[in-house]
Amino acid sequence: MMTLKVNGREHQVDAEADTPLLYVLREDIKLNAAKFGCGLGQCGACTVIVDGKAVLSCVTPMILLEGKQVTTLEGLGTVSEPAPIQRAFMEEQAAQCGYCIAGIMMRAQALLQRNSRPTDEQIRSELEPHLCRCGTHMRILRAVRRAARLMDTADASSTAEGRAR
Amino acid sequence: MTGSSRLVAGIVAVVLLGGAAAAFAIVWRPAIAAVEPAGPLSFDAALVKRGRDLAAIGNCNNCHTMRGGRNFAGGLPVPTPFGTIFSSNITPDAETGIGRWSEAAFRRAMRSGVSREGQHLYPTFPYDHFTNVSDEDDRALYAFLMTRQPVRAPARENQLSFPFNQRFAIAGWKLLFLRHGTYQPDPSQSAEWNRGAYLVEGLAHCGACHTPRNALGAERNSAQFAGGDVDNWHAYALNDQSHAPVPWDADALFAYLRDGWHPDHGTARGPMAEVVSNLSSVPPSDVRAIAVYMAGVSGTPAPDRKRQGEAALEQARSSSIQGSQANAAGASIYAAACASCHASGRPLPYGGINLALSTAITGPDPRNLANIVLSGVQAVEGERSPIMPGFAASMTDAQASALLGYLRARFSNQPPWSGVEKTVQDARRAQTAFLLTSSAPRNAPADPQQRDKP
Repeated sequence: MMTLKVNGREHQVDAEADTPLLYVLREDIKLNAAKFGCGLGQCGACTVIVDGKAVLSCVTPMILLEGKQVTTLEGLGTVSEPAPIQRAFMEEQAAQCGYCIAGIMMRAQALLQRNSRPTDEQIRSELEPHLCRCGTHMRILRAVRRAARLMDTADASSTAEGRAR
Repeated sequence: MTGSSRLVAGIVAVVLLGGAAAAFAIVWRPAIAAVEPAGPLSFDAALVKRGRDLAAIGNCNNCHTMRGGRNFAGGLPVPTPFGTIFSSNITPDAETGIGRWSEAAFRRAMRSGVSREGQHLYPTFPYDHFTNVSDEDDRALYAFLMTRQPVRAPARENQLSFPFNQRFAIAGWKLLFLRHGTYQPDPSQSAEWNRGAYLVEGLAHCGACHTPRNALGAERNSAQFAGGDVDNWHAYALNDQSHAPVPWDADALFAYLRDGWHPDHGTARGPMAEVVSNLSSVPPSDVRAIAVYMAGVSGTPAPDRKRQGEAALEQARSSSIQGSQANAAGASIYAAACASCHASGRPLPYGGINLALSTAITGPDPRNLANIVLSGVQAVEGERSPIMPGFAASMTDAQASALLGYLRARFSNQPPWSGVEKTVQDARRAQTAFLLTSSAPRNAPADPQQRDKP
């Protein structure tokens, strides 16, 4: 048994040290926003935030998470109260099939938390580890820019990530 | 004043004057008259094309282009033990580049490390190698550079401490370490070998990274290709001290230098990725010549070295998990973070190399492994290329160190490294800084031949 802190809550999970975080999130804690894409850390669909940084949960074993705070997309906002990043992606209609979008939102969120006004070049290079087969890249870029503006005006601390800190 | 003391004073004066004249002769170099920029149309297209290939072999863009910067406009910070030196603008801009340099001025810079204005250049510009380049090749390089887009980009001030910030000191360095002369062919060797030697010792300046340097920053001739340092990476030994699990031969070198990867050795990354990216675009005969010469440098492997290579290949083929359970943390991290690619048997370049074949793990220090684990291998923009995620965000220094220790114990028969955690800390700092400034790519394309296709 080990304790895993996710979205501000502590979970007792029965997992091996080398079990990837993604499996625990999806199967034990039933948080399904992070997706299984390639399982090799090459597509970005499984991205979550750990202590403020975007990490690929499919290649992050549980042993690396002791004492750390995991945030998934569920921790940012809800359907009735979406976080700025979620609102921005909806308003720009950035998802087509949507499989990659949760991961992209998490990395964009991590970027905006440390740099509230990224340049286009910074957004592009930050999102480089993510694959999107539908091809909504231009909308995704617009959504990240919109999220940056929303966070500038909205109270960004109303997210779970903010509460957890 | 007596006659004898007058004589002594005279001798002293003559010695002082002579010394001053000698020092002046060593340090002072005349300016070469500025010329009006010749304009791109005044150069023969075939000469420009040859210059383009030579510039790729010389890896010029690696130092003279900065990430996000314009081609050949310089400004890249090059860390040295003496301080930071910024690369110069070698576009034909008249004011801030080399637009007013005549071919003679360019040749003097290549051969003697002196700018058109007569200023000594720091040997970060590897003229100790370029002195071997023929007049003909200098002419082609000149034609290539003079037909590039001029970019206005003033030189950045070097950050050096005294006395290294005094350019006259460079004249002393040259006196000690610069041996002038173009490459002299060895008649006992093949034309291909000689071509390779000319390129390797000259324009390609392989030893600039792969040969260790002395306290004054000069390559140690007695230890040629015994392994050196570049940008917080270790440039592996290429001579008989090579740590490669499988010994290199000419065919493997050719494939690696041309394609950026080889199934028995892995993928080029770090500064070498830029080298192979450039070599992928030059005539294969030149790459083959380099491979033939370098295979001679490595020499024929001794029988037990050969056996070790076969054992490593055998270990890579059998997926046997033996390995120490002493390092449970390292084993867990390897299983979840590394094995999915590196033990999958997927062929290179898209699969990860079996780590039993990795020189990063058998090498003398853990720098390269730390760099690659933390920063991964980024995709080449617009091309198919091998990639690997970096783990800097998910591993602490202690966790990364545990992994490195585990990999060393499991995949090599070498003694444990010392100071692993310190190396990981340094890698975290240096790679973060370096990735922001260095020119792309830090990775080799999987099929560079596709590059000129739509």
